[in-house]
Amino acid sequence: MSAAPKAERALWGLLAEFPDADALTHAASRVRDAGYVRWDAYTPFPVHGLDDAMGVRPTRIPWLVFFAGATGCLGGVLMQWWMNAVDYPIIISGKPFFSLPANIPVAFELTILLASLTAFFAMLVFNGLPQLHHPLFRNERFRRTTTDAFFIAIDAKDPRFDVEETDRLLRGAGGTRVEWIEE
Amino acid sequence: MGVAALDPRAGRDNTSQDPTARQPLVLGGLDDAGVTERVCAIVEAPKPPKAWYVAFAIAASFTGILGLVVLYLITTGVGVWGLNKPVSWGFDITNFVFWVGIGHAGTLISAILYLFRQRWRTGINRFAEAMTIFAVICALLFPGIHVGRIWFEYWIAPLPNQMDMWPNFRSPLLWDFFAVGTYFTVSLCFWYMGLIPDLATIRDRAKTKVRQIAYGIAALGWRGSNRHWHRYERSYLLLAGLATPLVLSVHSVVSFDFATSMLPGWHATIFPPYFVAGAIFGGFAMVLLLSVPCRAWFGLKDLITPRHLENMCKILLATGMMVGYAYAIEFFISWYSGNPVEGFVFVNRAFGPYAWAYWTMVMCNVAAPQVFWSRRARSNPWIIFGVAAAVNVGMWFERFVIIVTTLSRDYLPSSWGSYTPTWVEVLTLMGSFGLFFTLFLVFLRFLPMVAMAEVKAVMPRPHREAHR
Repeated sequence: MSAAPKAERALWGLLAEFPDADALTHAASRVRDAGYVRWDAYTPFPVHGLDDAMGVRPTRIPWLVFFAGATGCLGGVLMQWWMNAVDYPIIISGKPFFSLPANIPVAFELTILLASLTAFFAMLVFNGLPQLHHPLFRNERFRRTTTDAFFIAIDAKDPRFDVEETDRLLRGAGGTRVEWIEE
Repeated sequence: MGVAALDPRAGRDNTSQDPTARQPLVLGGLDDAGVTERVCAIVEAPKPPKAWYVAFAIAASFTGILGLVVLYLITTGVGVWGLNKPVSWGFDITNFVFWVGIGHAGTLISAILYLFRQRWRTGINRFAEAMTIFAVICALLFPGIHVGRIWFEYWIAPLPNQMDMWPNFRSPLLWDFFAVGTYFTVSLCFWYMGLIPDLATIRDRAKTKVRQIAYGIAALGWRGSNRHWHRYERSYLLLAGLATPLVLSVHSVVSFDFATSMLPGWHATIFPPYFVAGAIFGGFAMVLLLSVPCRAWFGLKDLITPRHLENMCKILLATGMMVGYAYAIEFFISWYSGNPVEGFVFVNRAFGPYAWAYWTMVMCNVAAPQVFWSRRARSNPWIIFGVAAAVNVGMWFERFVIIVTTLSRDYLPSSWGSYTPTWVEVLTLMGSFGLFFTLFLVFLRFLPMVAMAEVKAVMPRPHREAHR
């Protein structure tokens, strides 16, 4: 039984279910070795070892977060220096207009604030979220992915995508019920 | 296959201290679907338990009272409080420091235990984080209203204004604004980020259109993609790493409000670590106070297991003794410094007009947690609940003692005074509890109170090693 086109809509890709995280990891390394690039595994929780099996490269988010933190720290110090020592110097109990110790708490908090907001929003932006619709959401079975099901979906736009051959690969890798997903 | 089938020890008790066997974190033989079912059932039930309605009615009425007394304060002026010279801080700052402290356990459980790979945190981190958010909301209320002229609040923000004036960054009160504001923002990001996969679970199980749309928007289109999980986990780790120094800094900065002053009893270098230990102590007490009834009412005893309670009791015991040590060292240093005024302040704390508050604090914070040396006490929910309640009372009195005894007795007897709260202050305190519990009860009803995706990630799996 091969996956069959059912409707007029264009094909988005193929979806295969796997019985557990281990089977999914094995299948992922098969798909990776076959040279596919536009595909993804779907799991209810992060599965360790799957990144290697899929060949996912480490994300650049840590670098962004580092630079955001450095910006927050430097910006915090500069802001306090400019506001309290240059633009509006005001004498408080004979203290110096600018001294690092008194300015550390605010600079520290701004470091953490900018770095944390960057970590959060970079995760969303790099992941393309929020994305309120996706062709996979139309599939009834796919909804169990956030409970206890494991899937691999291969995008039809992948240069290596071929309905027959991709279907065979997914089945051969242990995928059950390979389905057409419409655009 | 469930855990029970794999592990014959997986019963209802996972408190064994046998070091050769790792105890299960989830009981009752629950599998992935079972965890989802158990947690989502609370949110999806057509009606919450009766106890929820009763608790909500009480909490919401107190929130209403809070609104009224705050309105009365703003329209009349801070004279409606019992504050005066020399005691110009009373219930307001006591409540602020108390609530910020309560907020600490959530981030501690989420961030520090995450970095330390303490997997048991997954059962309790979600509602501890929620508790943090709500406690910080309650805390932010007090510095907000205690200035009296709340419409000038924006002066503390570094905004260009019509007076061509900037805030004074050498003031610890301004550091507070940055510290607590950052803490709230980061905790909110951390909490929401953890919620995204679980909101997606509820969206995918939704039976009605309204739920599907509401949870669908909140879940931001999460679909469990591994490429997404990869960035998600890295960001989550970074947030945990950033929140860890943050949580330790927040109460340190709050303690600077006191420690940078010249008043005897406040001018102490032990304040930052002492305040942080006290905050963790009080925060864990609140987590226990909430988790004991919640796990019973909502049938979560398999996810928030006896071991979770036992671990938290041990933390309570440890931090309680740190706080006790701080009380003792304050006395020692005041004697050792040879400063007679400093020495007097501490003797006055224990034997002066506010001795009743001091000894309430000692009994609740130092004596009460000692019962947790006994394993039977650590496994009895009633005792745990009682001690947790006592610690919350004790931690509130700790802040009251620090603030009021010092302000009422400083260097010169001519500037001594006393302080009695008015009914407005008492109702504001009760109202802040109302606000906290109202928000918490709404959270319990509409959001998953256990981090399902995280619990699943730490559950034992069959044949994990066989396919290397």
